[in-house]
Amino acid sequence: MTVLSKTTRRDFLKLAAAAGGGLVLGFHWESVNAASIQVIDEASLLAGDINFNSYLSISPDNVITIFSPNPELGQNIKTSFPMIVAEELDADWSKVKVVQAPLDTKKYERQLTGGSGAIPHSWERLRKAGATARQMLLEAAAKKLNISTTSLTVNNGIVNHAESGKSFSYGELATDASAIAVPTDVKLKDKKDFKLIGTAVKNVDNQQMITGKPLYGLDFYREGMLFAMIQRPFAYGTKIKSVDSAAAKAMPGIVDVVQFRNNVAVVGKSTWAVLKARKVVKIEYEPEGSASLESSSDHDKFFKDLLESKDTVVKRKDGDVETAFAKAAKIIKREYQCPFLPHNPMEPMNFFAHVRTDGVELVGPTQTPDFARNEVAKLLSIAPDKITLELTRLGGGFGRRLKADYVVEAAELSSIIKAPVKVIWTREDDMTGGSYRPAVRYRFEAALDAGNNLIGYKLRGVGINSGNPTREDNFPSGAVDNLLIDSVEYKSPITTGAWRAPITNFLAYAEQAFLDEVATSANQDPIQFRLSLLEKAKKTPTGAIKYDVDRMKAVIELAAEKSQWGKKKNISQGFSVYFSHRSYVAQVAEIEIKNSKPSLQKIIVAADCGIVVNLSGAHQQIRGGVVDGLGHAMFSSLSFKEGVPEQKNFNTYRLIRLKEVPEIDVHFVNNGIDPTGLGEPALPPTGGAVANALFKATGKRLYNQPFITQAGLEGVTLGVKG
Amino acid sequence: MAHYKLQINGHFYETDVEQDTPLLWVLRDHLGLVGTKYGCGIAQCGACTVHLNSAAVRSCSLPISAVGTKSVVTIEGLSEKGDHPLQAAWNEVDVAQCGYCQAGQIMTAAALLKKNPKPTSEQVDAALNGNICRCGTYHRIREAVLLASTKS
Ligand code: FES
Ligand code: FES
Repeated sequence: MTVLSKTTRRDFLKLAAAAGGGLVLGFHWESVNAASIQVIDEASLLAGDINFNSYLSISPDNVITIFSPNPELGQNIKTSFPMIVAEELDADWSKVKVVQAPLDTKKYERQLTGGSGAIPHSWERLRKAGATARQMLLEAAAKKLNISTTSLTVNNGIVNHAESGKSFSYGELATDASAIAVPTDVKLKDKKDFKLIGTAVKNVDNQQMITGKPLYGLDFYREGMLFAMIQRPFAYGTKIKSVDSAAAKAMPGIVDVVQFRNNVAVVGKSTWAVLKARKVVKIEYEPEGSASLESSSDHDKFFKDLLESKDTVVKRKDGDVETAFAKAAKIIKREYQCPFLPHNPMEPMNFFAHVRTDGVELVGPTQTPDFARNEVAKLLSIAPDKITLELTRLGGGFGRRLKADYVVEAAELSSIIKAPVKVIWTREDDMTGGSYRPAVRYRFEAALDAGNNLIGYKLRGVGINSGNPTREDNFPSGAVDNLLIDSVEYKSPITTGAWRAPITNFLAYAEQAFLDEVATSANQDPIQFRLSLLEKAKKTPTGAIKYDVDRMKAVIELAAEKSQWGKKKNISQGFSVYFSHRSYVAQVAEIEIKNSKPSLQKIIVAADCGIVVNLSGAHQQIRGGVVDGLGHAMFSSLSFKEGVPEQKNFNTYRLIRLKEVPEIDVHFVNNGIDPTGLGEPALPPTGGAVANALFKATGKRLYNQPFITQAGLEGVTLGVKG
Repeated sequence: MAHYKLQINGHFYETDVEQDTPLLWVLRDHLGLVGTKYGCGIAQCGACTVHLNSAAVRSCSLPISAVGTKSVVTIEGLSEKGDHPLQAAWNEVDVAQCGYCQAGQIMTAAALLKKNPKPTSEQVDAALNGNICRCGTYHRIREAVLLASTKS
């Protein structure tokens, strides 16, 4: 296995041509029909008639190259995409090369990483591409031997004809195969016959990552390129009043200081030069229009008011909640709140832009290259096809790089200074630069009848620039006869955006902590309580059910079994289950008392993400998601004072560290369903499982994140060393 | 501006930079050694870890004027062929997710193993607790260091 980290289309064409024949297939994402798979030959190369976003090439010397089209930010699709193609192709994985496809085709779809959707979206298409190539290779062999394809078998990229004892490598057949008409009715493998899918395959970029090769956006350097840092307003809701840049301009290595929109860009010859000079630019700000400069204490107030608002948007209404609550024997009412969170990918935002008169060159890390390019096209009023965007590896994304603000900014600056420039964000810029996970507050209410049955359920979500902070069709909707879910959004100058597992990253915690409390007051085991609700959703559903009851039940049962739920002595277990982004994950957190303090020792995870493509990647996605969910629930918060974020770097903003990770025990439900994605679904259930275990250990319920600031949690430790 | 002669990965480099420029940016901007990463700039995350006379240091907070004649090793120079026992273990355990923090993790671990070739799990945790991995690959980091310690 070797890897070219990236290539331009020109390089690719050369590569394909250098194959000196061989077989090159191009295929689209927009369509699964066979017409969208095409042989790329010399004629189409010369005609420049190539509109695919993905390619599979087999050279006569038996090298198989697969172009993986999606941005790679650590979710491992650069490895798992090609695995899927190679599986149907029956290729020898050790002969497969993986190349990042460039974004300069005219047609592409979903060259985007977010929402755990990359694999579910492309599963069929990748399989079909591999199977098509395999079929063509088989037909080429059959033709050579003048026999039918049914008498041929394939093993690890070698076609065998048992009768004659003849065999051919794919490379030997590739040139002949390119003359075969692309078949329209290829048969995909029976999933039982998968050999590569479901095994642990190492990341194809490992060697480059561990030897320090230039892979990331920040690693991009070009002869003559300038460096820039941008001062954006310190406080949300302010605009520039005046700028004095004389001192900065006089600093060594500084080329220019320019103002555009609400930005002051310091441009120079090195990162350090612009970083230092930016500190001496004097900028005065004033409030923008009637915008208020909000503090976190203001947000607390808005939340309280909005929870009483008459002006809500009803998201789901089943039965008659008012009557149910009026006749309830017991009502439980609780509120939960979370703070804003920055994404904090380890590689801060950055982008290279060179706006020339004849076109624009962009290089850098983005989860949405297509969107970023279109935004730049809009800004500069030029056609998108005048812009090339070269995607680098991403040093994390977590949703931040779904936005194009930092790409557009770089392009705008380059167009002003008429020079190639890399805009670099410091950690402080990155943490204070917005697009946060919105702060949200929920109020849950449950009505139990005299027999402790859940007869009514209400949820109101209020959020700051949150859109709809509820997911109205998620569990337990459908399992309760009388239900009302509504929401209110507060508009603020503070910018928000998608943050890994948008909304559910906190909603799941609040809901699962609440259900735990309801189960306790109904004198029921928390797992049994949820299973009974699922039973009801299955037998007598109320309204639409938009989750799969059986899949949810299966992960609950697997987690209960693997954790020996309720059977362990001296261990406090907390349970949580959540369906999000198409997959199902249940978790049990375990707390022991160590040195007379509660200590989180272990989290047991049961996940149903359909077929696991790469076992190694999937394991890490789960553990990484749990660590992410745990760390942020426990420690992280971004607060505001008069519009200014109060935490700016890792000295005041706490992220989870090595010593604090508990053991994480991962189990998959093996149900043969097509993959449903794993980039996000392991994160949402973690906070709830941990909070519920802490309750068992301490008798203390947690209503706000981060937990560490909540009274009663003093002395709680995390990690196996706790 | 001042002129510096630096010994990095067994080679000599010369460069003219401001005296307060952190080693990190000299490596990256001036010498083209970009394996050493920027994460926080204030010695909080470990992404920029290099060796200075065999000890792990945060290059983001080390001005070039303080390097003197001490020898610097970066991830590019940890091994000639990328096969230091830690690099091999990192591949074997398939540690990296986004990979951005990993050069710093490996350099911190390499300094640990040099001092203490057979660390306990607790000692690994203590040595690497200063290195943040935002992707949460911590379990595999620990596992890979312990694996490497059995091979070196
Ligand atoms: S960049 Fe040096 S410790 Fe974070
Ligand atoms: S692998 Fe992404 S930060 Fe560590």
